[in-house]
Amino acid sequence: MSFDIDVTCRRGARTVALRCSAGEGLTALFGPSGAGKTSVLDMVSGLLRPDAGRIVVGGQVLFDSAARINLPPERRACGYVFQDNRLFPHRSVQANLLYGWNLAPPARRWLDFDAAVDFLGIGHLLARSPRSLSGGEAQRVAIGRALLSGPKFLLMDEPLSSLDAPRRDEIMAVIERIRDELRLPILYVSHDRAEVDRLAGQIVEMV
Amino acid sequence: MLSLKVSGAAIVLTMPLAFALAWLLARRRFPGRLLVDALVHLPLVVPPVVTGWLLLILFGANGPVGRTLEQWFGVTLMFRWTGAALAAAVMALPLMVRAIRLSLEAVDRRLEGAARTLGAGPWRCFWTITLPLCLPGIAAAAVLGFARSLGEFGATITFVSSIPGETQTLPLAIYAALQQPGGEAMVTRLAAISVALSLGALVLSEWLGRGPVLGMGKGDAHVL
Repeated sequence: MSFDIDVTCRRGARTVALRCSAGEGLTALFGPSGAGKTSVLDMVSGLLRPDAGRIVVGGQVLFDSAARINLPPERRACGYVFQDNRLFPHRSVQANLLYGWNLAPPARRWLDFDAAVDFLGIGHLLARSPRSLSGGEAQRVAIGRALLSGPKFLLMDEPLSSLDAPRRDEIMAVIERIRDELRLPILYVSHDRAEVDRLAGQIVEMV
Repeated sequence: MLSLKVSGAAIVLTMPLAFALAWLLARRRFPGRLLVDALVHLPLVVPPVVTGWLLLILFGANGPVGRTLEQWFGVTLMFRWTGAALAAAVMALPLMVRAIRLSLEAVDRRLEGAARTLGAGPWRCFWTITLPLCLPGIAAAAVLGFARSLGEFGATITFVSSIPGETQTLPLAIYAALQQPGGEAMVTRLAAISVALSLGALVLSEWLGRGPVLGMGKGDAHVL
């Protein structure tokens, strides 16, 4: 199993709880806004500490409250593509792309810089500042930055929500290629049924 | 020149402390946080003479801190330019902490989270993301602190008196010249220098806050 997740976490007045197992390919976390989908991704990435539970990805235990295991985010080797891209505003596109690549141990860099730039078609953007990018461009750079950090799995949080229809198609095609050509396990959050049906091999519903 | 040395030393020494305090106040929730906040701001609201008097009690020859410094390190602050720098530093601290704290609070913590998921440990994340993003605030704090130190009068004269060549900073020299008959020419000259320095500092801080120099985009770092 790629993802084995069983967590609970109090977020203010409500409790986010999820138990699921997912295999290869793209698994969608599907549900209405406020169901705690992003919280689940934050827990898997290590940005949010669950109150209790266990998270195993690709056989590696990332969090286990019973065994007192809680890997910090930088040791989880996850590529997190955020809803709001979160590119570093004080660095160029190229520096953003290389941020994680430089930090990854050489053995884990399965994608090299030129290949990533080609794959995403962002060669003409390298010298630009993230501020000057359009939504679709920024999202492709954010995906590239995550891929270049040498992740063992991807977390994607509504990567299409801030895009218009033509851009959505374009990014969706990129995600399909990551799923099929790079064969990376992906945990994908969305509230859009059509998107999930097109991309996901498995769907986990959250309410 | 003495003024520049005193103010320069004051902000260089204060900067790490100011940053640490700003960090604590902006990022940490701990018991006594309000008290620390109040203590930092105290020199801003207490009459400077009182601050100087407190420094005199603490760092004077018989003060608890002053005696230790003298016995262990052979350092005296009384009636020395270093004492003037200390007085200036204490007076500048609140302004510097405020400026840095505002800029720290403005740093998007989600960017720090993103850096962590990309493999950066807490320290690397700090050096590559947090610190560069709050540089305009730090620069503004330095300029503000510097200007405040240049103007420091009450705490300095109370703590280290006004000794020409040792502790007589610009404002103290102006005051001394005013007391002498025929000192108007001197006063005019010194006043012109101090206006020029302060104006320069303000312009510089606005310019740094605006940000293009440090590559920060829009000017949301107004300090005052």
